Amino acid sequence: MEYFLQQLINGLALGSIYGLVAIGYTMVYGIIGMINFAHGDIFMVGAFIALIAFLILVAIGITAIPLALFLVLLIAMLLTALYGWAVERIAYRPLRGSFRLAPLISAIGMSIVLQNYVQLAQGARVKTLQPLITGVHTLFDFGNRLVVQISNIQILIILTTFALMTGFSWLVASTSLGRDMRACEQDLKMAALLGVDTNRTISLTFLLGAALASVAGIMYLLYYGVIDFHIGFVAGVKAFTAAVLGGIGSLPGAMLGGLLIGLIETYWSAYFSVQYKDVAAFSILIIVLIFMPTGILGKPEVEKV
Amino acid sequence: MSEPLLSIKGVSAFYGNIAALKGIDVEVMPGEIVTIIGANGAGKSTLMMTICGDPQAREGNIIFEGRDITHLPTYEIMRMKIAQSPEGRRIFPRMTVFENLQMGAATAEGGDMKADLARVYSLFPILEKRSNQRGGTLSGGEQQMLAIGRALMSRPRLLLLDEPSLGLAPLIVRQIFSAIRDLNQREKLTIFLVEQNAFHALKLAHRGYVMVNGRIAMQGTGSELLERPEVRSAYLEGGR
Repeated sequence: MEYFLQQLINGLALGSIYGLVAIGYTMVYGIIGMINFAHGDIFMVGAFIALIAFLILVAIGITAIPLALFLVLLIAMLLTALYGWAVERIAYRPLRGSFRLAPLISAIGMSIVLQNYVQLAQGARVKTLQPLITGVHTLFDFGNRLVVQISNIQILIILTTFALMTGFSWLVASTSLGRDMRACEQDLKMAALLGVDTNRTISLTFLLGAALASVAGIMYLLYYGVIDFHIGFVAGVKAFTAAVLGGIGSLPGAMLGGLLIGLIETYWSAYFSVQYKDVAAFSILIIVLIFMPTGILGKPEVEKV
Repeated sequence: MSEPLLSIKGVSAFYGNIAALKGIDVEVMPGEIVTIIGANGAGKSTLMMTICGDPQAREGNIIFEGRDITHLPTYEIMRMKIAQSPEGRRIFPRMTVFENLQMGAATAEGGDMKADLARVYSLFPILEKRSNQRGGTLSGGEQQMLAIGRALMSRPRLLLLDEPSLGLAPLIVRQIFSAIRDLNQREKLTIFLVEQNAFHALKLAHRGYVMVNGRIAMQGTGSELLERPEVRSAYLEGGR
């Protein structure tokens, strides 16, 4: 029982990270109907920017952890958002209106470019960050050293994710930018006919998606303390799985899918086999695609006309 | 007579290499209802979309209020107070009726959204009842009213209506055409109307153009065209 609860907490923390990345996949898919395969690498770039920002802050003597964390969050979100924007500008916008596979191939190319760019600029070896946020709280004590614990970093991850997702949902549901985004998602041509600058709205979607991915990158860095230029690939594919599981194009679906993939992976590792945890996640992708292609909260293809 | 509000001069437009419009000349004067009638595939809807810059005209010029808008991007043309209720209505199915109308008001900067909303609701009272319902759940006629209402929210100086009667019951068609007449007579709104329902359209319009295979084949006042035997045989036979 205590083991089960402990894994629940671990799974939620991991799932939060996937969920934040999955939002980027789902928003972009919703609005321009393409899978942005470079999004996982944007997440990786976010983690690297955060690491570099931490080191710079330490070098100039800012060591108070809450302040440093806040500044890193700000810097990483801003710079990573620029990366996301640039990827769309360089690799996707020129291909808009061409055949469907073109931006997909371009996205895979962008993913390779980002990985190699970081590998060349930062080296291929893993980078480490010593644990900045320490401390654990015991939630339940069953005696006999059977305890359920939650660490401060897990609390931080879950709360930050919850806050960001609430904020982002509000933005999409209640602001005029969010309304423009939904309009573009439902009918890009009509949105333009109502005076919406659709290119600008698409750019902003990439900016926001990348900013959320960078937060996931920071959380990953703080949680595991180890990053390399390759982390974007597996995390990206899992977040993509999460987006598909939740129903690609659906914002709550991405969040739900992220949490579910995190939980499935954690429980699989806990009760079956750590080595095969990726198999579990990707089997889910295959099963969903075969039996439930629209996902849990996805919208059916047919609309009343 | 005064300057035309919209003038289309020698406009050609293409889909790939296929010419959809071949040297179209059309003028719309302020306060007029002008209609384009023609068979399926004649290029009527393409003309509507070309005015809005999607696709852009490859030859010729489109002048609105004295300004050449031929090569502007769509959203900038729409911000110059041209509004379109497009073919197929294209309302946002997963937005509420109210949100659809809000989208229409996107270009009405500094306007009084409440007054615009009241104007649309008084024109089509059913939309007020449905305001919290999703667009996709409306009936065809309600969707058409919403599409027109949404276009009106930007307080346009030129309203483009593409086949507002398509697929609707005669009673609803009459209701929509009387709303169009109201807008024109009471508010002096200039309306450019594309229709297959030639009889209704020509009765309503001040002037009309007949389009055949991407060219203007005939033009005249609504009643003139209604009298023409070619028009009668091609577009009104079997009609009323």
